[in-house]
Amino acid sequence: MSQADEASTLHPLRFGLIGSPNSGKTTLFNALTGLRAKVGNYPGVTVARREGTLEVAGRPGVVIDLPGTYSLDPLSPDEAVVCHVLAGEVEGVEAPEALIVVADACSLDRSLLLVAQVLAEERPTCLVLTMMDELAARGGRLDVARLEASLGIPVLPVVGHRGVGLRELRGQLAEPEAWSHPPILPPRDIVERASWMASILDACFEERPGLHAMSERVDRVVVHPVLGSVLFLAVMIAFFQLIFAWATPAMDWIDQSMGAASAGVRQALPPGLWADFIADGLIAGVGSVVVFLPQIVLLFSLLYFLEDVGYMARAAFVVDRAMARIGLEGRAFVALLSSFACAVPGIMATRTVPSPRDRLVTILVAPLMTCSARLPVYALLIGAFVPATNVFGPIGLQGLVLFALYLAAPVAAMTVAAVLRRSLLPGEGMPFTLELPSYRLPSFGLWFSQVWGSAWAFLRRAGTIILLASVVLWVLLTFPQSPAPPGLNAHEASAYALERSAAGRIGKAIEPAIAPLGFDWKIGVGLLASLAAREVFVSTMAQVYASEDPDASLRSAVRADIDPTTGKKLFSPPTVAALLVFFVFALQCTSTIATMARETNSWRWPAFAFGYMLALAYGASYLARIVTAAVI
Amino acid sequence: MKSDFNTSPERALSLADVGVGESASVLEVSASDAIGRRLMDLGLLPGTAVRAVRRSPMGDPTVYELRGYRLCLRRVDAARVRVGPKLLAGAPRASAV
Repeated sequence: MSQADEASTLHPLRFGLIGSPNSGKTTLFNALTGLRAKVGNYPGVTVARREGTLEVAGRPGVVIDLPGTYSLDPLSPDEAVVCHVLAGEVEGVEAPEALIVVADACSLDRSLLLVAQVLAEERPTCLVLTMMDELAARGGRLDVARLEASLGIPVLPVVGHRGVGLRELRGQLAEPEAWSHPPILPPRDIVERASWMASILDACFEERPGLHAMSERVDRVVVHPVLGSVLFLAVMIAFFQLIFAWATPAMDWIDQSMGAASAGVRQALPPGLWADFIADGLIAGVGSVVVFLPQIVLLFSLLYFLEDVGYMARAAFVVDRAMARIGLEGRAFVALLSSFACAVPGIMATRTVPSPRDRLVTILVAPLMTCSARLPVYALLIGAFVPATNVFGPIGLQGLVLFALYLAAPVAAMTVAAVLRRSLLPGEGMPFTLELPSYRLPSFGLWFSQVWGSAWAFLRRAGTIILLASVVLWVLLTFPQSPAPPGLNAHEASAYALERSAAGRIGKAIEPAIAPLGFDWKIGVGLLASLAAREVFVSTMAQVYASEDPDASLRSAVRADIDPTTGKKLFSPPTVAALLVFFVFALQCTSTIATMARETNSWRWPAFAFGYMLALAYGASYLARIVTAAVI
Repeated sequence: MKSDFNTSPERALSLADVGVGESASVLEVSASDAIGRRLMDLGLLPGTAVRAVRRSPMGDPTVYELRGYRLCLRRVDAARVRVGPKLLAGAPRASAV
């Protein structure tokens, strides 16, 4: 065996998988590679990068799952990834030697446009036809041999989720050098290309597929003006309920388990810094990552199920008009709605938005939505300071304030989205195009791999940052250590230590900056600690006030607190209003920032979001303070 | 041919003017900008038969059927596609079944 031969057997064959969205590309990728996919990001863009390995006739192979595209003529940096990979211009990604075009046999008509563009690349190419079963069900008959002859490249029908045709495909993949080439390339002129397509279709189709009868019948209900809107609302309520309420038992269980683990560590280890670090820093940090999993898994289970069935495209179709008013599109709706429970899964759900600009705007406004972590803060402050009087009949003032806080968020999000769309991220760039796929029974394997992939990506990519941030905050709240003077009880000692910690010093250092809002250093420490997660504000305030439980005694402690400079109560109505409004707008959440950084593949956008939300929070709470002071 | 749309071939009409249930044939898409290019990538080439299937409950966007699939476009984008009456010969849907 010569050296060259040896190299070719060892060097993996690289295949690029090209296809439009909904072509069955992902199913084929999973069928070819199993779940051995490496997931990452392409540099500089938000597109996920997936590569998998396979073995073809003893030769190692790599399949690059290129982002779904209708065209090799890119309209955005994200779409340009396909061309850059093909040209070998992406760092760390070798250009594929051979290309596999995936096309839905039922819409082969449209897919031939992409085939023509790929053929112009003049690289070994084969065409894989998916959905052959649906083609037959729709009364279509296709002569694969004639299609092969008229295109001049190998054509292989495959039913990916059932494994039909995979053996033949693997056999074909073993020798891309031997694939037939088209004798002449498709014409470049668009009108000539249209007739090239028409002649191929005339040659290979014995019978064109009719409409998908079941989809037509289902659509009569699903996008019906009245029934469709009702169904849309029901599905969205289900989404909301799922992450808001149904994830709670699992999250509570995780909280309790982490609490038990902390307690176990404290029992097992001698009291001291190590026990504190493991119990309060590390385990709590891991807990703050894992606690998001129930929401993420539930959200993506439903999202991908409805996506694979074909409903999500209809939902986007129904709601698009309303979203167009704020410069976004229908597919952004689910992400914004989910952010009412938690911005982390909400930001991850923006992956279904194809336009990078729309996706970015959605990501930037998602954290404004009233997430469930704000609720404990609202509950503490409203419970302590808003009188429990009834305004109209059974409707109380406390409830009204809470409602107003909830309502302020989406109004702000819509406004910011509209402003961003017109100022910082303008341009029509991409038309709104949405394919309504035929309804299909989803394949369990595909659905599972999508949900699993999302959860794993969160744990691996955002989780590490969240864990790191939790540990850093623990260090700030713990060091430098100050031994408490004798005579203080445990709660007072911890308050004493906190005041002298780095966090306490930072709180005092930022006091002049937050004083116009009526906040003192204690609130400053709370705000700093709440960066770990908003609800941590409550437990930190409990520590600052040396109260035994964050409910009753903290409430009375904050009520009684006196500002030493003015001699008046610190938590006056204007201060409380300012604090509530601050929490409405500020991006007090490292998990969201980490997720944002991962999803946008840069720190620029999370920094921007943090900045604009902080400015908004500061301005709005200053306004709230003045207005409240004037009214009361 | 049920609509007056198909009996007035002289008027320059866009895809946005095609009523639900009506069919038309694409004459031209201005390819001078990105949106026009993308519409052509999606199969709206000269001679393509397109049928408006249904409108969204809020009146926009509209689902069109062309080249064996259903594509949803907003009015503003559909208005860039110049169409004429559907040509019976060579129209894919007409030759089927």
